[in-house]
Amino acid sequence: MRKRWRDSGFKGWLYLLPAILFLGVFMVYPLIDVFVYSFEEGYNSASQMHFGIGVYNYAYVLHDPYFLQAVRNTFLLVVITVPLSTGIALLISVGLHSIRPLRKLFQTVYFLPYVTNTLAVGLVFMILFKKTAYSDGLINLLITWFGGSSVDFIDGPYWAKMFVLCLYTIWVVMPFKILILTSALASVNEQLYQAARVDGTSAFRIFGRITLPMISPMIFYLIITGFIGAFKAYSDVVALFGTDLNAAEMNTIVGYVYDMLYGDSGGYPSYASAAAILLFAIVLTITCINLLVSKRRVHY
Amino acid sequence: MNNSKDYIRIEKTAKARRITFNAVTYFFLAVWAVIVLFPFYWMLLTSVKSYSAYNAESVPRFFTLSPTLQNYTEAFTAVPLGRYLLNTTIFTVATTAAMLAVITLAAYAFARLDFRGKNVVFILFLSLMMIPSELVIITNFVTITNLDMRNTFPGLILPSVTSVFYIYLLKENFEQIPDSLYYAAKVDGTSDLKYLFKVMIPISKPTLITITILKVIECWNSYVWPRLITDDENYYLVSNGIQEIRENGFGRENIPAMMAAVVVISLPLIVLFLIFRNKIMAGVSRGGTKG
Repeated sequence: MRKRWRDSGFKGWLYLLPAILFLGVFMVYPLIDVFVYSFEEGYNSASQMHFGIGVYNYAYVLHDPYFLQAVRNTFLLVVITVPLSTGIALLISVGLHSIRPLRKLFQTVYFLPYVTNTLAVGLVFMILFKKTAYSDGLINLLITWFGGSSVDFIDGPYWAKMFVLCLYTIWVVMPFKILILTSALASVNEQLYQAARVDGTSAFRIFGRITLPMISPMIFYLIITGFIGAFKAYSDVVALFGTDLNAAEMNTIVGYVYDMLYGDSGGYPSYASAAAILLFAIVLTITCINLLVSKRRVHY
Repeated sequence: MNNSKDYIRIEKTAKARRITFNAVTYFFLAVWAVIVLFPFYWMLLTSVKSYSAYNAESVPRFFTLSPTLQNYTEAFTAVPLGRYLLNTTIFTVATTAAMLAVITLAAYAFARLDFRGKNVVFILFLSLMMIPSELVIITNFVTITNLDMRNTFPGLILPSVTSVFYIYLLKENFEQIPDSLYYAAKVDGTSDLKYLFKVMIPISKPTLITITILKVIECWNSYVWPRLITDDENYYLVSNGIQEIRENGFGRENIPAMMAAVVVISLPLIVLFLIFRNKIMAGVSRGGTKG
């Protein structure tokens, strides 16, 4: 009897049980439930009742000016930060790859933002850029030194706020990209470079014809993860502008989801679900497009 | 004669070009290093400026001649920073320990045990990796609220004790341990659990350490879930604490004290990073994503 139990793999399932339980309760069930929520019309957290099934939640969210603002902010953030951060990371990695002394030191320094608390350092950025009654803040001081006029980057015009947000986002995502690209560069076969040098190929040509194609899979990996990450931007926005993002006109899609769920404007899990599913659909579409493009472009 | 002169000239220009190229490279790398380090310098600097000195500077100064630790005592007394740190430590240790137990057992089952449906379950697990946390957090919030576990440690910890990705990483590692070891142990009558603890875990220690460090970083910095699930200050983690300090603490304008709190919160991970630098960087390039 015992033998038969073991053959049927009872033990294997026993070892898997904790993982299956946790994943079931906190991942599979919520995944199904979020779709259910998003189609339940007029759901109320207090009474846990709803009075219909349909797409009203989606329609509501899609017509909510706060949601549209959040979508605009998120798209702007994605379109600005993903190419910029990937490009700068590529430049820095190539620079790092071409030097020997101090390389380790630079790598260590560049990685620091990865291990810091986004909220905490965001506060420092806020102070650097913020204009208060008694001081213009450091960045504004520099701007006026160079003959510009000071701007309040935290409570001021939209473009200024967007600028700080993009800057901070790039600052935060850079370590990961530099790390991935430097290890990709290090893994390119040295013989290819030697062969090119024997042929007297110029440095730019070597970069364009050997380096870039060889590391292109990693670049596309970074672009895809960058897109996904930037679409989910939230805590760095909170770090800069506080929790009331709608008032600051700086909300993101994820921020909209959480605001709908919780907080002063919260208590609407149905709207939150609909918005989360819309976000997921957007991310999925963009990722598929990226994969299609990369299939055509990435080659060795 | 003429020819060799030409070579010398060519070599000279090539050398000059290399030197300028290097100089430009170092310059740009240094610029980025300054951009990365400056916020850290600024938080440290501001945290040792006295409140009155800071507010007297309408033009901020880049150094201070009279550093003070006053702000640090202020940070620990005026807001419950010590409690935030303690909560975060409890949360981090408990989550990481529970996760290690769950993923080790699961990885062992996938790597070493045979049972019907294993491959199907594994593929199902892998497909869960694509699910973004934003999608499931809504129901989890409702679940935890209905279980009356808001403002409790179990409510904070339970949703994040499994990670499909780490199960996958560990399973790959376990599979590299040769089968012959397992059969030898079986012949000697070693039980599966004992084999796991005496052989597999010691051999896979490097991977387990990497996973632990990555999870600790993630826990220390987590913000969204704790914010949703706690509104009692006694259960705030450091991220929420910082947000609270920013919005209500220190009479709002005491920026040096805020910066002292920021330094205290940032320091543990920076120290951890400097100790385990190679492990962390290798681990992140293998499995981390952020950004």
